[in-house]
Amino acid sequence: MSRPVTPPVRAEFVLPPSSRSAARAPAGASLPARRALELPSVRKAALLAVLAALWEAVARWQGNDLLLPGFLQTATAFAQGIASGELLQRVAASLAVLAQGYAVGVGAALLLTAIAVLTRPGRELLETCTAMFNPLPAIALLPLAMLWLGLGNASLVFVIVHAVLWPLALSTYSGFRAVPETLRMAGRNYGLTGLGFVASILLPAALPAILSGLKIAWAFAWRTLIAAELVFGAASGKGGLGWYIFQNRNELYTDKVFAGLATVILIGLAVEHAIFATLEKATVRRWNMQH
Amino acid sequence: MIPRLVRAAEPQPLLRAENVTLEYGGRARTVRATEDVSFDVYEGDRFVLLGASGCGKSSLLRAAGGFLAPASGRFTLDGATIGKPGPDRLMVFQEFDQLPPWKTVLQNVMFPLLKARGLPRKEATERARHWIARIGMERFEDAFPHQLSGGMKQRVAIARALAMQSRVLLMDEPFAALDALTRRRMQEELVGLWQEERFTLLFVTHSIEEALLVGSRILLLSPHPGRVRAELNSHQYGFAGIGSPEFRAAERRIAELLFDLPPEAQDSTGGAGRIAL
Repeated sequence: MSRPVTPPVRAEFVLPPSSRSAARAPAGASLPARRALELPSVRKAALLAVLAALWEAVARWQGNDLLLPGFLQTATAFAQGIASGELLQRVAASLAVLAQGYAVGVGAALLLTAIAVLTRPGRELLETCTAMFNPLPAIALLPLAMLWLGLGNASLVFVIVHAVLWPLALSTYSGFRAVPETLRMAGRNYGLTGLGFVASILLPAALPAILSGLKIAWAFAWRTLIAAELVFGAASGKGGLGWYIFQNRNELYTDKVFAGLATVILIGLAVEHAIFATLEKATVRRWNMQH
Repeated sequence: MIPRLVRAAEPQPLLRAENVTLEYGGRARTVRATEDVSFDVYEGDRFVLLGASGCGKSSLLRAAGGFLAPASGRFTLDGATIGKPGPDRLMVFQEFDQLPPWKTVLQNVMFPLLKARGLPRKEATERARHWIARIGMERFEDAFPHQLSGGMKQRVAIARALAMQSRVLLMDEPFAALDALTRRRMQEELVGLWQEERFTLLFVTHSIEEALLVGSRILLLSPHPGRVRAELNSHQYGFAGIGSPEFRAAERRIAELLFDLPPEAQDSTGGAGRIAL
């Protein structure tokens, strides 16, 4: 026979209220060397170094500069390109065109989604247009753009706008629609309507989605621009980065081709890590709005 | 305004529901939330809409806020029909996400003062600071909502509404998502603020106890669709009297009315009424 379990009756006690500062936990001591190896940036840098070494080894084993220049050769070409100012000039030319197209595309996307979220025809227009144009690669419009706008910056801007507009509109719109009902009602409670409502409530509330849309749009724009410049890009005698790659391939300066490609990658990384990461830290991360 | 001969001693209701029927739904079928509900809220009232889920109490509050158009009947404020949301009827919601997460506590309280009232920045800051101090959150002026506890967020939402000094405050179960200890403190603080400020409050809850504590007058609604069951006074019950025989009796009386129990029958016969909910 098992007896029912009964806990013992214990004495009560009351402690004096403790002061708050005493409750703070002591800071843990850190081992700098061990910690450094745990940092994601350090680990990534180590991985890149391994890949570069591998590349150099393969290039040397293959021994053909025209087909595959090594890492050191590419680095030298890159350094020379920077030193002579040529590479920087090309980058500047590319980024100038990109900035124009990006600005127009972002403006158009925000306007289109604002109209879409406020009116029913606007919504139908946006839904139809994004469904049609989003799967269409922007670069496919280049021949048409050249026909309409000629061999100039206008054609490049046209395709970049196209690359930016649809993905950004799509993610901004879904961001708007995901804004909590309570927040919308709070905004309408203050008498906010129309564009004022979009600017004061929807836009900041949808910022995480908009930022990720801006990132996607930037990547699309950058890709599209480089690809477009490979087709043409020397309208006014000084082409962009894509044209630099194309030209050097024609002249079989393969190391310069690699240097150009490396520049494309580096700029992509720089924008992602410098601009977008800073923007996120200053806004959505500070407000704890990541989803 | 139609001039009327009114004796000075006879106050006019501030907010009126006149035979309000609310319906939801699309083409296929409509769901009736409330049917023919009328009530008068006077200035300084703490008017509670009480009922089980499905009685349309939140819908009524939304309609008073102008977020939902009645299928028939109307809401009036100072005699004028309510058509759309406005800052003269500020709402406090149950959900914590009513505070824009990108604004600090101070900015959150200032937001409607700037946007809806159009105050100059300096004046808005002063007024916001005053109300943040009134709810005891001056140390958290620069905190973002995600750094606050649930109770603190609701406090900020209440301060934001009070700072606007709107004609009537609409509260939709503002303490329902809080833990029991915080809820009790918030109820006491709200009544304390009312005793000093004498604002007009329309408060929705499903808790009989909360209705008795927070309200001065209670409208009982029966569900599916919501209809008026009774209108009772509750100004005589305070926090000191919780658990007193009178308080218990009032609770029981409301439960009997809400669940259609025969008076004083609590055990076996009460089951049917409860299940029907």
